[in-house]
Amino acid sequence: MVIIYAETWENEFKKTTFEAISYGSKCAQEMGVESIAVVFGNSVNPIGELGKYGVNKVIHVQEIDEFEPYSIALALSDITKELNGKLLVLNGTANGKSLIGILSSLINAAAISNVTSFPINHKPLTVMRSAFSSKGIEQVSSNSDCTILSLVPNALGIISNGDSNPSVVLKKIDSNHKTSILQSEKESGEIPLPEAERVVSAGRGLKGPENWNIITDLAKVLNAGTACSKPVSDIGWRPHSEHVGQTGIQINPELYIAIGISGAIQHLAGVSRSKTIVVINNDPEAPFFKAADYGIVGDAFDVVPRLTETLKSFKK
Amino acid sequence: MKILVCISHVPDTTSKISFVSDGSSLDKNGVQFVINPYDEFGLTKGLHLREKHGGTVSVLTLGDESAEPTLRKALAIGADEAHRLNGVPHDGAQTSEEIAAFIKRNEFDVIICGQESIDYNGGVVPGALAAKLDLPFVNACISLDIDGNNVKTIREIDGGKETAKAKLPIVIAGKKGLVEEHDLRIPNMRGIMTARSKPLSVHELIESKTLAQSVSFSKPPEKKEVKMISPDNLEELVRLLNEESKVI
Repeated sequence: MVIIYAETWENEFKKTTFEAISYGSKCAQEMGVESIAVVFGNSVNPIGELGKYGVNKVIHVQEIDEFEPYSIALALSDITKELNGKLLVLNGTANGKSLIGILSSLINAAAISNVTSFPINHKPLTVMRSAFSSKGIEQVSSNSDCTILSLVPNALGIISNGDSNPSVVLKKIDSNHKTSILQSEKESGEIPLPEAERVVSAGRGLKGPENWNIITDLAKVLNAGTACSKPVSDIGWRPHSEHVGQTGIQINPELYIAIGISGAIQHLAGVSRSKTIVVINNDPEAPFFKAADYGIVGDAFDVVPRLTETLKSFKK
Repeated sequence: MKILVCISHVPDTTSKISFVSDGSSLDKNGVQFVINPYDEFGLTKGLHLREKHGGTVSVLTLGDESAEPTLRKALAIGADEAHRLNGVPHDGAQTSEEIAAFIKRNEFDVIICGQESIDYNGGVVPGALAAKLDLPFVNACISLDIDGNNVKTIREIDGGKETAKAKLPIVIAGKKGLVEEHDLRIPNMRGIMTARSKPLSVHELIESKTLAQSVSFSKPPEKKEVKMISPDNLEELVRLLNEESKVI
């Protein structure tokens, strides 16, 4: 069996969940076994749509309605052991990252994070993963009977040609938590960076936090997340949660636009997996141009508002 | 309060990464090693906790002798004692098993790890350690307040944050926010001198099993040459993003 953690946020499946289901279901086919998604929470809807991504069966645990890592991990581990799961697939989201270590101990399974490829071998299970903050690629094999994989968001795509009508089985598992959640806050209207398809990012070249409107305007027309360089988050112009780079968030978007960022090696480490990189900088010697697909030497305050307008008329 | 900070000995963030010719491991030639940046936030938090609640800050790493300068640096920054588990880390399962065995022999109230190491980026050890010790766990922890036995934590979630409470002992995996960049301490001369006389003990491994086996390493493919576009021709950029890259 292949078990897949079908993560939800506010009772809806995340986009990364469809990636995990697609991945797990494809692996199950290759292994000649069934794929089973595990869904938590009492008002998740519509569960049947997971069939589109190829899953054979859904186990729905209604009693566990919030993300407390130990509680979710224990339920996933019990289900995996009971069904003799050989592979457990997670998303590399904040929640997936909270689970992988706990699960590794509870199941006594090899845990491979940051996975960027489908299995290149099933016996032993072997995959490629991103390491050294995207400066290296590692091939890893599992030595254990069951293996846990967590996938880099946006890296492996969604396969949505399934037409299975998965059976949904309710399973009663009580919450067994070690921490109690007091409060969850989501910054409203924001696109979470790890799963954003497009990201607009700016650095000290913007000269001050009051100038960020040109960045958010561009992000809005692209339906992109906003990010910043480390110095900008260190001086408090933008929140830590926007810092992308080696010690910040590592992103994997289709499009990354870097404005007024010189491109220090630590910054590149967090963004180099982006499929297309556009760099706008007034310094033609900025090292970031060497890592870019498209470069514009120009003043951000002139170029960025005009780019926003050009995109607006393109969209019409 | 007994505080343990787990430290990885990793290539400096500015390092150019390359691998030995058969791809079996990192080419350490000319690479400067440092305290993993996530662990440095954790170490500083440990020192803050000691200043507030009293007690001791111990640091620990799983590594060979070459990791000792990193432990000495942690002592120079302010830790009271250092422990080296004498061996080579292979994967999260083995590393967490070794650290768990050490903790079971030594009892700590707060165990602080970094959310991941910047070399292998596994992010497995902290949670695996918590589960092996049967303790509460908070990943991506950006705030930790302790009052008696009660702990209040904030963790980063995708696009937001979450507050939770728990009881000591606890394992956290920290990152920036736990303390700020400007809180980080650079060892001074006195710190460096006293670090030499602080205890650094070496412990043999219990020989636990490696479950995920590294096969080989390679470099990501090189980017093709950048296309420069005139700032007066933004229509061309939009056209390329649409027709060539197909990202808009």
